[in-house]
Amino acid sequence: MHSEKASLGLKIAAWGGLVFLHFPIFIIFLYAFNTEDAAFSFPPQGFTLDWFSVAFAREDVLESIKLSLQIASIATLIAMVLGTLAAAALYRRDFFGKESISMLLILPIALPGIITGLALLAAFKRFGIEPGVMTIVIGHATFCVVIVYNNVIARFRRTSHSLIEASMDLGADGWQTFRYIILPNLSSALLAGGMLAFALSFDEIIVTTFTAGHERTLPLWLLNQLSRPRDVPVTNVVAMMVMLVTMVPILGAYYLTKSSESVAGSGGK
Amino acid sequence: MQISTPIAVAEQRQGVMNRLSSLLYRKPNLYLSMLLIPPLVWFGAIYLGSLLNLLWQGVYTFDDFSMTVLPELTTANFTALFQPANFDIIVRTVSMAIAVSIGSALIAFPIAYYMARYTTGKTKAFFYIAVMMPMWASYIVKAYAWTLLLAKGGVAQWFVEHMGLTPLLQFILGIPGVGGSTLSTSHLGRFFVFIYIWLPFMILPIQAALERLPPSLLQASSDLGARPWQTFVQVILPLSIPGIAAGSIFTFSLTLGDFIVPQLIGPPGYFIGSMVYAQQGAIGNMPMAAAFTLVPIVLIAIYLSVVKRLGAFDAL
Repeated sequence: MHSEKASLGLKIAAWGGLVFLHFPIFIIFLYAFNTEDAAFSFPPQGFTLDWFSVAFAREDVLESIKLSLQIASIATLIAMVLGTLAAAALYRRDFFGKESISMLLILPIALPGIITGLALLAAFKRFGIEPGVMTIVIGHATFCVVIVYNNVIARFRRTSHSLIEASMDLGADGWQTFRYIILPNLSSALLAGGMLAFALSFDEIIVTTFTAGHERTLPLWLLNQLSRPRDVPVTNVVAMMVMLVTMVPILGAYYLTKSSESVAGSGGK
Repeated sequence: MQISTPIAVAEQRQGVMNRLSSLLYRKPNLYLSMLLIPPLVWFGAIYLGSLLNLLWQGVYTFDDFSMTVLPELTTANFTALFQPANFDIIVRTVSMAIAVSIGSALIAFPIAYYMARYTTGKTKAFFYIAVMMPMWASYIVKAYAWTLLLAKGGVAQWFVEHMGLTPLLQFILGIPGVGGSTLSTSHLGRFFVFIYIWLPFMILPIQAALERLPPSLLQASSDLGARPWQTFVQVILPLSIPGIAAGSIFTFSLTLGDFIVPQLIGPPGYFIGSMVYAQQGAIGNMPMAAAFTLVPIVLIAIYLSVVKRLGAFDAL
């Protein structure tokens, strides 16, 4: 259908755009192996793997990694349960307030993070809740729900309801239908949504700044590092790692949902 | 009395489950509310409750002398938004958000256009992943990468020097309102970082809008004698407006609320986000911070009602 060829200018703009999108990421990977220990000079002076061992020997780095993994796991689990429930409720029937509910789910990522963060902080303060791991998880789970919801509802819409009716007709109870019919159908969408939610939570910084109290997740650790130039090599290594943790899930999610109508992650953060 | 063997127990359990599932099937409203209650409680109580509480805090009084919040209702916080110092912050943030939206639309369009019209199969998938990976890659690391790129003696400077563009850069940095003393402390640098970070959010909706464009429409246009650029200006561009509008929702709203990038790159001076952060943190003036959060909420509401007319919601 596209008989004509793209003009050279268009080609350059398109491929140049891709280079623009990836160049800073490439730079992060490059500098993680740089021998220099203080400056950002370009081109890099030499190749070394030493900073990896230095970074992984640092108590504060390990602790932040552990905290971020823990928070992302709990937040993802909560988001998977709530997102699936909401998707199951909203995919088929029309009822009063349905539109408002789906709006409500999207709101935490549609509104800027400062609003969600400050709102949660003000609420925690009012009820005398001390900011900590639990408050970070609450914030993260709130904006992760919509990611799981988007993936699961797309799958529900493709799943024929007659399958569920057939299962019930053949004598399966609710649990069996869920276990043997619904869950296998949903599994890859659920997994994709979960991976994206995990990546989103692992990387989140704006809401976290407000809800973290004295805890320091990995992104907060990184932000704090930026005002400390003497730690540049360790920062570079951690930056590369965070980059990997957030980029790999998108590949996984893409392959898990490739065949379906709407591809995971296209809904935005 | 019947002895309850494991099988009988299992049957009994199955009986209960069966009755439960048929009950739920016969009473769909009960089923629906069982599904909806957990997410609704979470979002209604935790999220919506917090939001309303925050807006309510905006009418509380902050006592400058004792540095405490008093539960006396006032509109002073909202009128204070229009004081020159505060209003400057709002203008600075909004103009950056508008500039970033326009800039990213200009850069995103050719990429989206090429993706939608000239790629198929494997190349299209490659482009898709190549746009999505940077979109999902860590926000803070992307911002950090730009501090590396723009730093003194960093990559950007190296390129500029080796291409002999230093005088040009100095000239651009000298323009008031755009420049600054170095790239990393200039408005221009901050603008580039924002564009970089939000660009994928603009590419994907435009691409989706162009993808939906029926080829027959373009054939009709050329059959009726339009030159390629006429087809582009009069058919393709108008039909891609919903996509651009949808993408701009992201670029506008995300720039409006950001406070990390303005803190890392660009000249000093608050953004709305950094002002909110400073007010609630160091100063402890939660009412003023709450009043400031109302600005992005109102602006985004206005913006959404405008782009809705452009058909942005159909392109999301």
